[in-house]
Amino acid sequence: MLRFYVVVIVVVMSDPGGQHNRVEYSGLSKLIGLMTGDEKHSTSATSTLDVLWVLYDRVLKINPQDPDADDRDRFLLSKGHGPMAYYAVLAAKGFFDAELLRTWLRYDSPLGLHPDRNLIPGVEISSGSLGHGLPLAIGMALGLRARSNDGPRVFCLVGDAELDEGTNQEAIVVAGRFGLEALTVIAVDNQSASLGWPDGIAARFALEGWSSLTVDGRDHDAIESALTAPHPGVPHVVVACVEPKS
Amino acid sequence: MTAASMRGRFVQVVTELLDAEPRLALVLAEITADQFAASGARERHPSRVVNVGIREQLMVNVAAGMALEGMRTIAHTFAPFLIERSFEQVKLAFAHQGVGGILVSSGATYDVAAYGRTHQTAADVALVATLPGWRIHVPGHADEAESMLREAVRSDDAVYIRLSEQQNAAAQAVEGGGVVTIRKGTPGALTVIAVGPMLDAVEQATEHVDATVLYVATVRPFNADGLRAAVTGTDVVLVEPYLEGTSTADISAALSDLPHRLLSIGVPPTEHRKYGTPAEHNKAHGLDAPGVRDRIAAWLEHHAATQQ
Repeated sequence: MLRFYVVVIVVVMSDPGGQHNRVEYSGLSKLIGLMTGDEKHSTSATSTLDVLWVLYDRVLKINPQDPDADDRDRFLLSKGHGPMAYYAVLAAKGFFDAELLRTWLRYDSPLGLHPDRNLIPGVEISSGSLGHGLPLAIGMALGLRARSNDGPRVFCLVGDAELDEGTNQEAIVVAGRFGLEALTVIAVDNQSASLGWPDGIAARFALEGWSSLTVDGRDHDAIESALTAPHPGVPHVVVACVEPKS
Repeated sequence: MTAASMRGRFVQVVTELLDAEPRLALVLAEITADQFAASGARERHPSRVVNVGIREQLMVNVAAGMALEGMRTIAHTFAPFLIERSFEQVKLAFAHQGVGGILVSSGATYDVAAYGRTHQTAADVALVATLPGWRIHVPGHADEAESMLREAVRSDDAVYIRLSEQQNAAAQAVEGGGVVTIRKGTPGALTVIAVGPMLDAVEQATEHVDATVLYVATVRPFNADGLRAAVTGTDVVLVEPYLEGTSTADISAALSDLPHRLLSIGVPPTEHRKYGTPAEHNKAHGLDAPGVRDRIAAWLEHHAATQQ
């Protein structure tokens, strides 16, 4: 009987941001404020906010109580800078206690300017240096294929300026050629690439055989429907356009 | 029959291990892909033998991504492209993510001398040694390379195995990363440490000298206890087949509380601009037997002169 109570207590304590603390979209701004100290946020903090919310609220099959489950969808934030929106969404969904956001950038905090998978539950990769996430995502998709684990999807978020890094060009070609249907890239386009992408980002992927859709990066229904559109036999890119970086 | 060259043995052993180990995967960037096609590995294991084309940075990250999914992965190409070109990938994709992996290079130092500087590197071991947690193997014989490879596949560590076209006539018992005593001098005798393919030249260079000859094929972590137990005097010479001084700090640390003098012999950091053969490069850098003998003799003479 005593043992039963101990188990219950452990479960409650290991769920500090659990069901009863869940935050809705309207609460994200307040969570970001716990990090940045105000309610007005820079565009680098919020360019990814809506796609991240839609991913975690409507698309990703992932359980915050079991973030390493083998049947989870994988989400890789390749554009690791400006991770406040990411942290806020993870806290809102119960991956960790929202109070942790107050420790942001402190020496001992798990929450830095670039996320570390070894410090935060549910974070698939440590990112920051641009151009590593998509190549790692290809490796994960190939790893799932090699293990015949056909359920999970691999999502990777990149920024339009991040695509400047040549490693992404290597990755776009290879994912297309390998027909990695499990892979979906979300390219958040705030037109921050200095030299631009004439004819748009989607065309770069489509040329290499990807399925592609371009949506309003603030329209939740449009983001959801683009991220759940079928793309048999090929990888998929969703270009989410948001207001230009100011 | 077992393959005589390290690279040939690598193909043979990995082909066998791919059949036996469902968790093992191999990621290639064209180099050696034809040999893994000829071995049948690509056809038998299409999801675990991946050739990404001439994209070395992608290759390293793909190997790490597969490792994040629980695979034991090997990435392989020529040393300058595997380590120098892809160095940030090596840095961030394994230790920083917190996963292991196996990097296997071929074309060590100036093995492919005639290809010129673009295909030569003496700095790969020094570079990997800057990263935390890597085991670095410098086999001096195909049999040693095979045992290192099998051990690496069994573990989950980050392991760099540097295959070379240059090898010693006989393999040594290097399992476990030990310091092998090849020949023991009298108490107080000079100690010469040969790394990997340098052993035959070192043995020849010291055959008329009262010296303890030690052999090391695993240079990280450097076996400090093994070295301390084996040194016979205060004079220590390190002979490495790559950038001169790559392991001097480790040896100094191992002997930090013992009086000692250390001579490091290796490849100098020069823009050499020569083609030809590995033997010609060894001669130019004093890394053949006469060169090693002369360097040691001059060092000992200089020491004797300054003691007078």
